[in-house]
Amino acid sequence: MTKLFLTTALAACIALPALAAEPAEGEKLADRQTYDFWLLDAVKTLDPQKNTDRPGADVINQLFEGLAIEDARGAMIPGAAESWTLSDDRKTHTFKLREARWSNGDPVTANDFVFAWRRLVDPKTASEYAWYAELANIANASEIIKGEKPATELGVRAVDDRTLEVTLTQPTPYFLKMQSNTALFPVPQKVVEAEGDNWTRPGKLVGNGAYVLTGHDLGVQVTMKKNDNYRDAASTILTDLKFTTVNDVNAGLTRYLAGELDYVEIPAGQYPRLEKEYPDAATVSPNACTYAYIMNLSDKGPEALKDKRVRQALMLGMQRDIVVNNILQGGQKPAWTWTHWAIEGFVAPDNPWEKMTQENRTARAKELLAEAGYGPDKPLTLTLQYNTSEDHKKIAVAAQQFYKQLGVDLTLNNVEWKVHTDRMQNQDFDIARYAWCADYNEPSTFLDYFRSTGKNEGRFVNADYDAALDHSKTAEDPSGDYRKAEAILADEIPAVFVYHYASVAMRNPAVKGVPLENPMNTWYAKDLYRIAP
Amino acid sequence: MFGFILRRLAVAVPTLLMLIVVSFVLMHAAPGGPFTQERALPPQVLANLEAKYGLDRSLPEQIWTYVSGIVTRFDFGPSFVYPDRSVNDIIAQGFPVTLTYGAIGFALSVVIGVALGVVAAIRHNTWLDTLAVGVSIGAQVLPNFVIAPILVLVLTLWLRWLPGGGWGGWPYWVMPIIALALSHMASIARLTRSSMLEVLGSNHIRTARAKGLSERAVILRHALKPAMLPVISYLGPLFVTMITGSVVVDMYFSTGGIGRSFVDSALSRDYAVMMGITILVGALTIFFNLLVDVLYAWIDPKIRY
Repeated sequence: MTKLFLTTALAACIALPALAAEPAEGEKLADRQTYDFWLLDAVKTLDPQKNTDRPGADVINQLFEGLAIEDARGAMIPGAAESWTLSDDRKTHTFKLREARWSNGDPVTANDFVFAWRRLVDPKTASEYAWYAELANIANASEIIKGEKPATELGVRAVDDRTLEVTLTQPTPYFLKMQSNTALFPVPQKVVEAEGDNWTRPGKLVGNGAYVLTGHDLGVQVTMKKNDNYRDAASTILTDLKFTTVNDVNAGLTRYLAGELDYVEIPAGQYPRLEKEYPDAATVSPNACTYAYIMNLSDKGPEALKDKRVRQALMLGMQRDIVVNNILQGGQKPAWTWTHWAIEGFVAPDNPWEKMTQENRTARAKELLAEAGYGPDKPLTLTLQYNTSEDHKKIAVAAQQFYKQLGVDLTLNNVEWKVHTDRMQNQDFDIARYAWCADYNEPSTFLDYFRSTGKNEGRFVNADYDAALDHSKTAEDPSGDYRKAEAILADEIPAVFVYHYASVAMRNPAVKGVPLENPMNTWYAKDLYRIAP
Repeated sequence: MFGFILRRLAVAVPTLLMLIVVSFVLMHAAPGGPFTQERALPPQVLANLEAKYGLDRSLPEQIWTYVSGIVTRFDFGPSFVYPDRSVNDIIAQGFPVTLTYGAIGFALSVVIGVALGVVAAIRHNTWLDTLAVGVSIGAQVLPNFVIAPILVLVLTLWLRWLPGGGWGGWPYWVMPIIALALSHMASIARLTRSSMLEVLGSNHIRTARAKGLSERAVILRHALKPAMLPVISYLGPLFVTMITGSVVVDMYFSTGGIGRSFVDSALSRDYAVMMGITILVGALTIFFNLLVDVLYAWIDPKIRY
């Protein structure tokens, strides 16, 4: 990994001009450089250290900039840092910051990062994303979160105004990839300290991103204009951004069609029709989340699921093609791995089940169940719990039918979201619907979930699996370890992987530069531009 | 009368307190909490959050801190889900919105509803009556989640007259008002009609007519006032319902009103926002019920408190 890491860093240093909006030959820019983005829900916070979700990140990514940002494919390129180096023991990262200014004209310094990162882990901040610093293995992060050490002990320090040094507790191959998450963005110490919890209000918020906040009506809209103090303001083309909250996807679609929005998600099942009617606007792009039915393997789980043959039968009986092609119809892909297919550097292991036809899979599933002692005399009964949503319901009803063909009686249990989550975290379920989304563009973000010490709500325990992932942290090239881990999941079946997400959206074809190949769905308005009709 | 009002206000305080305690307990009894998420938080982070919001203390203690915060500082606490907003901020932003479209919608539904009802009663069993009843039944059976998309389809997508959602000047008000008011207007019309019919058949109207009063005087002076009694008792709670918004209207038109916040806060276990809006709705209900009782006494001289 060092080699790979250093070459990336080196390449980044040489190719200094960062990505920016670059109109192609012959494209005429529109007079009005605006972008109207749709959000499903109110933005919970504009505070980078307190944000926890994708919509919040879409907004904050325009207002602030981390050390490294993502290019159109999701690879890391210099952001607030112009270059970086890694020590020989791979535990110390040193970032050289660019000369840049906050939107109020103050210089961006290494201290602003130190302040922000300490703030993330400080119990006083009580950030729901404090665990991100633990995931990054920043020295002392865990102790500070627990309140055992003061926040000033965090392994990050400003060597001088433009040099930031980060100390990790262990080599962390994905550390650089974590930098595009808002949790690690810098915040202006002076403003935050002066304004307290109100510092994110329009007129007060100061950022180092390409745009400045001009308005925020909770649950209605967020507006921004171009930041002339941004380091690359000269190549930023869009001048005004508007993020409109429309809670109803169908209402959002109507408003897109009425020309009020430039982007809106396509409601489930409508992609085929819209793709025919608006081929230029209906788009599909990978979205790094995986949908799964988690099996409860803990002591509180059903006895039947402790038998690997039963789990394999359930995995085989899941007719993924029907889910993807007949129910979702929006460019999703059948899932045979936990890691999303579009994650950078991920190569799936060979999976014999995947190559079989569904008839053969179903036949094999019946055999496995019979071997495990289940059949017409002793039918298998299980409960599937899912949270309220039309789509989850459709898939659950389909699963009920698929499993009926195997002679399995699946009872559906629909509960409200918080109840669902609460029960899952207390191992109070048989099989539960779940989805996991990548925190960074690397397989370990998925695979760490099933570690015996991971979130792992079904309490899957496998020593070989843990060993493979332990090894990956220090391996020159961890991809072999990741393949091995996936192969274990494909055989042990701690969960039935159903499908890999895709983002299906209507996007105004006049807005160019939208990155459709980045599975993290990160986009920066500074890279976009609007062409004349 | 003043004694009555004072007595009612005195009862309002323990009623509100009861409301707070019961809602607080029910809310905490629901599984999950504001920080229950798909990606379970590490125990220490959760503990830090709970300490920050006082969730680590006992329920009576929490209720006490909460109530004393309201009484001494009029502070409804910080939102659990929107870390950079307080409940006061959220209500201050959302309530004027629902108050605007709710109050206008209320006024329109009362004026149009009463007029329709009166006309239908006076012209009982004529085509006018049939039309008025037909219109109000039609409006009543079309729920607002059906009306809202139709309005957007016609007025925004086809005609391009009005913005499809958001909040600002009057063009943003039109569709929420129609969607909210239509079915209430229909209820008022039907209520007025049946009450008016009953009054028109009563003795004092026969007397008024026998005296040779003009039909206009009979209707406006003698029939309308008593016919309004059942309508008015309906209007008090209705006004509160309307000015505190509708989740469908708020959701469909993205108005940012508190109707949506109320439902959202319940689902996301944003205890503070949920309590704040509950208290707001509770206080308004108590106040407008009192107002209705006072109006009653004014309209019907037989009523004495």
